[in-house]
Amino acid sequence: MFTDYKPAVHLNQVSYIIDGNKILKRITGSFPEGKITTLVGPSGAGKTTLLKLCNGLLSPSSGELYVKGQPINSYEPTELRRLVGIALQSAPMVSGTVYDNLALPMELQSKKLSADAAKQLLHDVGLEEEFMHRKVSDLSGGQRQKVSIARTLVNRPDILLLDEITSSLDRTSLKEIEELIAAINRKYKTTIIWITHNLQQALEIGDFTWVMMEGEVIETGESELLKSPATDKVRHFVKGGAV
Amino acid sequence: MSYWTLSITLIFVALPLLLSKTLNLGLERDTVIATVRSIIQLLAVGYILKFVFDSESLLYIFLMVTLMIAAATHNAQKKGIAIKGIVWKVAATLVFVEVLTQSVLLGFGVTPPTAQYIISISGMVIGNSMVLAILFLNRFTAEVETHQDETELVLSLGGTPKQAIHTQLMHSIKASMIPTIESQKTVGLVQLPGMMSGQIIAGADPIQAVQFQLLIMFLLLTTAAVTSVMLGFLSYPTLFNQRMQLLKS
Repeated sequence: MFTDYKPAVHLNQVSYIIDGNKILKRITGSFPEGKITTLVGPSGAGKTTLLKLCNGLLSPSSGELYVKGQPINSYEPTELRRLVGIALQSAPMVSGTVYDNLALPMELQSKKLSADAAKQLLHDVGLEEEFMHRKVSDLSGGQRQKVSIARTLVNRPDILLLDEITSSLDRTSLKEIEELIAAINRKYKTTIIWITHNLQQALEIGDFTWVMMEGEVIETGESELLKSPATDKVRHFVKGGAV
Repeated sequence: MSYWTLSITLIFVALPLLLSKTLNLGLERDTVIATVRSIIQLLAVGYILKFVFDSESLLYIFLMVTLMIAAATHNAQKKGIAIKGIVWKVAATLVFVEVLTQSVLLGFGVTPPTAQYIISISGMVIGNSMVLAILFLNRFTAEVETHQDETELVLSLGGTPKQAIHTQLMHSIKASMIPTIESQKTVGLVQLPGMMSGQIIAGADPIQAVQFQLLIMFLLLTTAAVTSVMLGFLSYPTLFNQRMQLLKS
């Protein structure tokens, strides 16, 4: 199924070991270009580690990783991280205002983010203009997450990695973000790799799904696989997630 | 001061011993050890200094300063054990500070090139630099540990290690310099510095004592700034690898 698509990211026998713990075990697979792939699985499956490998925040202990057909190490780390953006689950912020955070990716390249561009980004993630000069310490968990997503979009990444970005959002915000990500995917053909605990979300939003457990990929395929899993492990996991 | 007169001051040791015994503080043994050690160590240093001052040998001056730097490095590096190559980084910083300050003092003829001046001033500069290094390393390791998420955030957005660690580095440099600057603001109002008091007690002209104290204070400002900045810029690259990834301690 994945062979029908050009891979945006391809992993070949990728393992990640830290302090003797095998976090990822010989993973092979591809994330199709221009598609939304969701990563689901219980906590500790290695999903976040996999995203950090794709963004170059970590390097595999063994195996090869290719981004847009090129070995990951052939990219300059800064160039790779602008090409492959990541929004982390903890939505870390630098101290200051929302604008300071939105402007950060540009500042790192000695450029400025215009007020209009900042307003548009806020609008895109469903935040009002007046949030621009609000201190990040005054934001709710959901608002921080929206700012984090907007900030990741500043670099206009070709590949967007999302780590549990909707877990702290209310239902309305969750729908807004889902629509935003789907719109970015449609408009810019951005490849999305999205970790979610929400299996319903994986079914509705994702074109493809990887089910991961204990550092291994148990099943991959079109997201419909979550409705009729091929293995007992995944069937049991999905039952717990009440799809 | 005669040894007899000096021995009378042991009253100031007897008093804490008495208090410790009465209040069951259990500090008698440590107090006695501290007193005996300070007597032996200071007398030994006194005799060594007398020997070096009398000999006026450059080799002995060099050896004394080297010993001071080695001891200060050994003490300060313990606080930065997580930083790769911390020993040579601290040693290089202390050597640089010593060379810089002595070059200015001796080069411009501010102080005479004698053992008496070189060793005394070196002791103050290296000692202060060591305290600054400890303050900086303490703060920097804590900042890096606490703000790992922010560091990783900047890296994930395409920032360089220098950009990723900038805030933590600047906070640590500032925090380690503040005590030196603050203590200079209140000098003469709250406390009389030890060196100046010592000179006045020894019969020196108070104005001359103040002049020397000012010289030392200005030196310590430079020492504070150079130590924390140099150690900071030597230390931060070791927290990252070639792929600009934050190495977890």
